[in-house]
Amino acid sequence: MDNKEKLELARWAVKQAKSHGAEEVSVDVAQSRDIEVEYRDGQLDKLKESTQNALDVSIYDDNRYSSHGTNDLRKGSLEKFISEAVAMTKFLTDDPYRKLPDPKYYEGRKDIDLKLFDPDYKKVDSEQRVKISRDIESIARNSSDKILSCTAGYSDSFSESVKVNSNGFEGESSRTAFSAGAEVTVDDGKGGRPYDWNYATVRYFKYLPDLEFLGKVAVERALDKIGQDKMKSGKYDMVVENRSAGRLFYSLFSPMKANSLQQKSSFLEGKLGEKIASDKFTLIDDPFIINGLGSRLYDGEGMVTRKRVKIDKGVLIEYFIDNYYGNKLGMEPNSGSTTNITMEQGTKTLDDLVKGMTKGILVTGFIGGNSNSTTGDFSIGIVGLYVENGRIVRPVNEMNISGNMNEFWKRLAEVGNDPYIYSSWRLPSLYFTEVQFSGI
Amino acid sequence: MGRMTRREFLETGVKGIMIASIPGIFKFDPAAAFTAPMEDIVNLNEYYTHFGVDEKIILEVMQTALGRGGDYCDVYFQHNIANTVGLEDNAVNRAYANVDFGVGIRVVSGDQTGYSFTEEITPQAMKLAAATAANIANRARTVAPAGLEHKTVPNYYPVKTLWNDVKIDKKIPYLQNINDKVFSKDTRIIKSRIRFSDSSSYVLIANSEGMTVCDYRPMTSLKVSCTAEQNAQRETNGYSLAARHGIEFFTPENVEKLADESVRRTIDLFEAVKPEAGEMEVVLAPGSSGILLHEAIGHGMEADFNRKNISIFADKIGKPVAPEFVTIVDNGTNLNVRGSLNIDDEGNDTEETYLVQDGILTTYLHDRISAKHYKARHTGNGRRESFRYAPMPRMRNTYMLPGPHTPEEIIKSVKKGLYAETFTNGQVFIGAGDFTFYVQSGNLIEDGKLTRPVKDINIIGNGPEVLANIVMVGNDLKLAEDGWTCGKDGQSVPVSQGLPTVKVSSITVGGVS
Repeated sequence: MDNKEKLELARWAVKQAKSHGAEEVSVDVAQSRDIEVEYRDGQLDKLKESTQNALDVSIYDDNRYSSHGTNDLRKGSLEKFISEAVAMTKFLTDDPYRKLPDPKYYEGRKDIDLKLFDPDYKKVDSEQRVKISRDIESIARNSSDKILSCTAGYSDSFSESVKVNSNGFEGESSRTAFSAGAEVTVDDGKGGRPYDWNYATVRYFKYLPDLEFLGKVAVERALDKIGQDKMKSGKYDMVVENRSAGRLFYSLFSPMKANSLQQKSSFLEGKLGEKIASDKFTLIDDPFIINGLGSRLYDGEGMVTRKRVKIDKGVLIEYFIDNYYGNKLGMEPNSGSTTNITMEQGTKTLDDLVKGMTKGILVTGFIGGNSNSTTGDFSIGIVGLYVENGRIVRPVNEMNISGNMNEFWKRLAEVGNDPYIYSSWRLPSLYFTEVQFSGI
Repeated sequence: MGRMTRREFLETGVKGIMIASIPGIFKFDPAAAFTAPMEDIVNLNEYYTHFGVDEKIILEVMQTALGRGGDYCDVYFQHNIANTVGLEDNAVNRAYANVDFGVGIRVVSGDQTGYSFTEEITPQAMKLAAATAANIANRARTVAPAGLEHKTVPNYYPVKTLWNDVKIDKKIPYLQNINDKVFSKDTRIIKSRIRFSDSSSYVLIANSEGMTVCDYRPMTSLKVSCTAEQNAQRETNGYSLAARHGIEFFTPENVEKLADESVRRTIDLFEAVKPEAGEMEVVLAPGSSGILLHEAIGHGMEADFNRKNISIFADKIGKPVAPEFVTIVDNGTNLNVRGSLNIDDEGNDTEETYLVQDGILTTYLHDRISAKHYKARHTGNGRRESFRYAPMPRMRNTYMLPGPHTPEEIIKSVKKGLYAETFTNGQVFIGAGDFTFYVQSGNLIEDGKLTRPVKDINIIGNGPEVLANIVMVGNDLKLAEDGWTCGKDGQSVPVSQGLPTVKVSSITVGGVS
């Protein structure tokens, strides 16, 4: 089924729902083909290959709302599915805020190619897939004699989707993604088995990083953890490496969402225009990055995307507002989801940030923990490297950082120049002063 | 967020299920399902009819799957129907439904796996998927079985009414009732959100050893979350109940408990403080605190991590790992409990498996590949999220058996420490042994008494060290009744856990200094 056929199916589903009495309808049809190869300890370990489909229909009937999904796209099954979806909706209480977005939010969609679909996708064959994972595994396994286990993987996916809203929206997109890397467990000589990984995900096959880099960095990172231990509790400066910084932003994203605000579970309620972070913190949602993993021309509801500054030099400029909760709050919707999250970069590399630390911890990973979106209180486990006078002294683990988000971001002292490009949240390394660590 | 590390995490709340309304395709007699659900060949024929297959087609598919010389193959048919109805701002104003239907084909060659699935259950589509999975092997073809023998299974989750027969209008009053109770219990409550979910999964498995087996798997949960306000301070907390059960699970007592506990746990937070940072004695309340076992030892005992030499427990079988009053099991047979299974997702019987018996590390949790690798017997732990995935060793209901102490004497023995009662999530690094769990609420213990409430603390420790530091075990074992979901390698499965009151002599608490 190509996108043209998907679009026809979506239009047909809209008509079906309307014929059963739905007032407004939104339909998504998606299909993806996913292939995965894994090599472990010198042997092919796993091959997986499949195609899947999904049709989702949201019914708006006399201010009543429900949403339904199925993977059975045969028309006979769908007819029954849709008529039941409409019937079920009638039992719900009406909700005046439930409606499709105002069509004015569909207008102005950019006519640009974001280059999310690799024209060379079909040229990648199964031999190449196996070779990539075999090579990465072999590079990693042969780069240290302390390796206990090594798995390398390659995967790619081709997905196509269309969206039709009955009040005048149609959209379609085609994307590819390629991912490769390794995970490694090493022997620390004392019964512990430190582990780390290095994976990269890109839109175009040709942008996959060098296989040496993928394999060797995973091993180096695991070896760096040998001898890790906890330290005395106290306040230390903290640098968070770019690939882990998204975990911290996540604790801000949830309270920035309209449903948290409307449900009175956001510590950021009423703080528009206020300073919630240091001057160094400028956060931008940018849907138009070429090849970006989060790039898109319209959001999940059909609303046109725009580049938006969310936090400007520490001042909260905008929340993430979807259509429904925007209606409830009486606020203009601007999309309830992120596209590509970026930060205004600083000038320093990660190495420079570490060199600038007198006594602190370079956090290379988080484990568990949580953040309370209502109060801003957080407590998160970390692993990392202890730094003294700009030099890495030894690895640390089994420690927590704790605090309150209201105050934490005000201690963001520096921002690196190294956005993590293998994620849609492209955050750079971040330097915070005086963070509460608990250990011994 | 890109590819995450091999994260092993456990989180509460039923995972964003959404779905559901394809109704009554299955014409089971509920009464029969209650007494002897999976026992006769008539039942198997219903499954064959439902999935539009028969023995001959399945045998042909398996022959294709073994066309390149795999050692073994299985075919996993699944139809899952899921529903959620939600209340917010005092109205039942949203519903989500999902239908998922397909077949997964797995070929095993040594320890290697080839996998493919199709959502189109036609002989052509299945054979195409089988040929894809077959590529893991590269030898002369293996001969498929000549026929299939049906295996009957016990029923650990009897239900009075199948969820397909419970329409949305029957569920709505529960949500309204609980919402009224929540607001009537305390005037400080300003918001209440309730979600009522159910799902029915129909599973048919056939394998190249000539076995077929089928299972009907019900699941339900009711989850309440509320926000309260006092002097401009706001707090959010909640409670949930989940089980492999029918609507009869939500008795008036359980409905009352959902409202009571949600309100109490939220209001308590107004007084809550943060404990001091650092190592201290920790007492775990009975019930959901079994998350400690899930993270500290459970994942490390999953045999795939040991087979691949990446678990910190990989060389500890037969060795003492905890005091002799500590016995830890993983059980798939608890009646109507969320992690129970009549058969695992490879069609093997489930059981009560001893991970630690009287302090000695006893048995890994096995799936088919690892049992063969270790020449051990199956423990019935081969599980998968759905037909889209190959199975791997996973926990079911993991808990510690009761010990010699009373909860009172345990609390009394602590001079200064933490009492942990409610939890949201946890995670473990299998090799290093670091694990965490997040305490949403609890109390300080001062001079042998529970004192001020505490909140929002991450606890972090090392699995083997913490097991060795278990110094007291209560006689009051309780299984978690809220809905827990375990994630591993991108697959989520429902689980439960349990613990009596337990004291750990030292563990790092994420507080303030």
